[in-house]
Amino acid sequence: MTTPLDLAKATLLDKPGLNDSAINKVMDRLLSRQIDAADLYFQYSRLESWILDDGIIKEGNHNIEQGAGLRAISGEKTGFAYTDELSTNALLDAASAARAIAHHQQDSHFGLKSQRNAKALYPAINPLDTLSESQKLDLMKKLDALARAQDPRVKQVTVSMVAAHDTILVINEQGEMAGDVRPLVRMNVSVIVEQNGRREQASCGGGARTSLEFFLNEDKAEGYAKEAVRQALVNLEAVDAPAGMLPVVLGPGWPGVLLHEAVGHGLEGDFNRKGTSAFSDRIGEQVASPLVTVVDDGTMDGRRGSLSIDDEGTPSQNTVLIENGILKGYMQDKMNARLMDMPTTGNGRRESYAHLPMPRMTNTYMLAGESDPNEIIASVDKGLYAVNFGGGQVDITSGKFVFSANEAYLIENGKITQPVKGATLIGNGPESMTQISMVGNDLKLDNGVGVCGKEGQSVPVGVGQPTLKIDQMTVGGTAA
Amino acid sequence: MSHSLESLQNVVANLLDEAKQQGASQAEAAVHAQSGLDVGVRLGEIETIERTSDHGLGVTVYFGQRKGSASTTDLTPNAIKETVEAACRIAKFTSEDPAAGLADADKMASSIPDLDLNHHWDVSADDAADIALRCETAAREADARITNSEGASTHTQATAYVYANSHGFVGGYPATRHSLSCSVIAGTGDQMQRDYWYSSSRLANKLDSPESVGLKAAERAIARLNSRKIKTTKCPVLFSAEMAGGLMRGLFGAMRGSAIYRDASFLGGKLNEPLFPDWVNIAEQPHLLQALGSAPFDNEGVATTDKKLIDAGHLTTYLLDSYSARKLKMTTTGHAGGVRNPMIQSTGQSREALLKEMGTGLYITELMGQGSNTVTGDYSRGAAGFWIENGEIAYPVEEITVAGNLQQMFQGLEAVATDNDIPSSYNTGSWLIKQMTVAGN
Repeated sequence: MTTPLDLAKATLLDKPGLNDSAINKVMDRLLSRQIDAADLYFQYSRLESWILDDGIIKEGNHNIEQGAGLRAISGEKTGFAYTDELSTNALLDAASAARAIAHHQQDSHFGLKSQRNAKALYPAINPLDTLSESQKLDLMKKLDALARAQDPRVKQVTVSMVAAHDTILVINEQGEMAGDVRPLVRMNVSVIVEQNGRREQASCGGGARTSLEFFLNEDKAEGYAKEAVRQALVNLEAVDAPAGMLPVVLGPGWPGVLLHEAVGHGLEGDFNRKGTSAFSDRIGEQVASPLVTVVDDGTMDGRRGSLSIDDEGTPSQNTVLIENGILKGYMQDKMNARLMDMPTTGNGRRESYAHLPMPRMTNTYMLAGESDPNEIIASVDKGLYAVNFGGGQVDITSGKFVFSANEAYLIENGKITQPVKGATLIGNGPESMTQISMVGNDLKLDNGVGVCGKEGQSVPVGVGQPTLKIDQMTVGGTAA
Repeated sequence: MSHSLESLQNVVANLLDEAKQQGASQAEAAVHAQSGLDVGVRLGEIETIERTSDHGLGVTVYFGQRKGSASTTDLTPNAIKETVEAACRIAKFTSEDPAAGLADADKMASSIPDLDLNHHWDVSADDAADIALRCETAAREADARITNSEGASTHTQATAYVYANSHGFVGGYPATRHSLSCSVIAGTGDQMQRDYWYSSSRLANKLDSPESVGLKAAERAIARLNSRKIKTTKCPVLFSAEMAGGLMRGLFGAMRGSAIYRDASFLGGKLNEPLFPDWVNIAEQPHLLQALGSAPFDNEGVATTDKKLIDAGHLTTYLLDSYSARKLKMTTTGHAGGVRNPMIQSTGQSREALLKEMGTGLYITELMGQGSNTVTGDYSRGAAGFWIENGEIAYPVEEITVAGNLQQMFQGLEAVATDNDIPSSYNTGSWLIKQMTVAGN
């Protein structure tokens, strides 16, 4: 059987003509100084995107990126260089630049020793070819027509489709080699509706590490079109959101962006090694309500945030971050795990060969609790019920985080009443987690749309949660 | 491997030839090569030394009114051929679009002024590290309450860029950008606060001194200690110059032709209407020598020119590229790629004078999240800053939100201070806005 590693070797070593002796030479150059750890990261990725806008297939783009990143680590110091040319000479030049982080000479006799084939969590396919061009475009046109047919108030529809085929290979100083072929597909429908001169926008989409047929199954993509229109129409009726501290009930699924911001980033190993996170030195402490158990799980089949291996070749894991409110662990890459004397967790990720890896989330979610979601809403006298969100942001040092609701309702006397306009919610991560007083039995993961940014690097991630209640949170509306 | 401007010009010439051979009726291509050095230090030691080197080319082909695009990081002849093929294949499937095509030939920049953007900094990794160490040391020694550091870094990059199209336009220029930044932490435990400062310039010798950048980062972090929440209220708000730049970005986002023709902007139908009080003037100067936002031509080869964007409070133009211009039956304004070096005229007061004028209110120095809606103008973001009483800073505040609507905020602009001290291509002082909703306790 052809493994992802075999495919990666064929694409990234055989095709550009890099044989074992070339690799040995580059590694010996990289390791000829006092280096604790080093790796070569090869990448070839193809991405195709289509945009339907204003009723026509307006744009298509095809992108190819290839290159190699070379990293040399000495203690807490990292030297890094990359090249977009996969030739022995270009790699040797990059190795000379990267090893400059260390000064003392050492001998190196590098040889490849082992090859790692991790359990594949997604097929090693090229998703660009999984539908014909006419199938792709027909689907987009169908969604445009479907969205417009939902309601005469729909004025504008934009549909996008992206398929990426990413092949990576990593070789470390131990002579271990690992490779992966990562498909990723994504669709989105965005609509503008208008009524009596008032306009509102909404969008819905999804994605996964699989073939483009994903969008045809169970009319998945059609659901995005209908959902985008539904949300936009709801927003046409929205009144000003309240301003001030209120109980907030978050719906299941994508509102899990709460966890990503409130605790996720603060539990990444680099911030905790450096002592710059609001969660630093707090393992074993109660940092959340006893109802709260949060995991980061990179091992789920085919999900957007999943990885068979991370970008350092470590198989991904299901890591318990918070268990019954107690802080259990951090997400680690190899360097931070080594420096903190903790196990690696398969969270070493990088945007591309031109970026350094660091600890990043995969799929971060809260486990289900026992409450009936209806009971949770019924328990609130006056509060906010927020079911859809845009992005969020966190200051990991002060713990302050925000996330922006774009579909929310008032809860009055235990009942959902009026929709309210989009508003930013702000809280303090550790504090908000202790304010969680009810957790639903309806755990849901998001549709596969998340992008996480950290230090200028973007990676795909997943989030999820059941319906939950936060007793007090500041809601940033205008109705004071 | 470094690429000269001439070698990039050869690359785009080959690209356009290849596109023609493959049957494209029109084509355009942009190519860039960048190299640089990034050195980071933390707690007095070198943390990272990073050599950067990027190449990229993008091509768009037109077959009549259909278009296709492709891009790659590989500039070899074979890759160029494959990239053009990929773009041509895409163009077989896109729709006939009456508005598609290059910008009109008579709009092309006829001369490429030298804007003095290229000033190499030949700095070794060791020297770059020394500069960053001076910066971080100044921050750490500024005050005993500075307890930790996220580090300081020195960055330099040199880019060569060439754009060409089948009208025969070829334009290119080299440009450099250097920067120095520092981020430190004040306080301990659950009372930690982080802040940063930076300096950025086309010329290394115009960067602020490492010590002054470090000191400012430290001062900013310390000023946040003992922040508290405030009661929910409506009050006047002063946006620091740094944050006011974000409000200008919100304005320009809504002025973009692509948002206007799609009816996706609160500024649709507002051309030549009053948007701000009549003392407000915002202009752009794309040809400022050595400036961070300068460019001799836009992303379609169209000459960039000085322009009034807001004149006596009125919206005088949309920001159009050739495509959105055709959709709106207007002409391109040379804004493919955005606004360059925008500047808002100050009303002449210092920031301290504006705080006095405000009396009691909120002075915002940080915003979080993306809650600015171009379709409706609705605005709601996380904020931190200072509570002002009797024109003086009373105490730092955090974990609050500030909300309103951009249209009302623009109409409620009362003054722009002279404290134009941000190393950005956006030229503005602090903005005093009459009233917004602040949510806290």
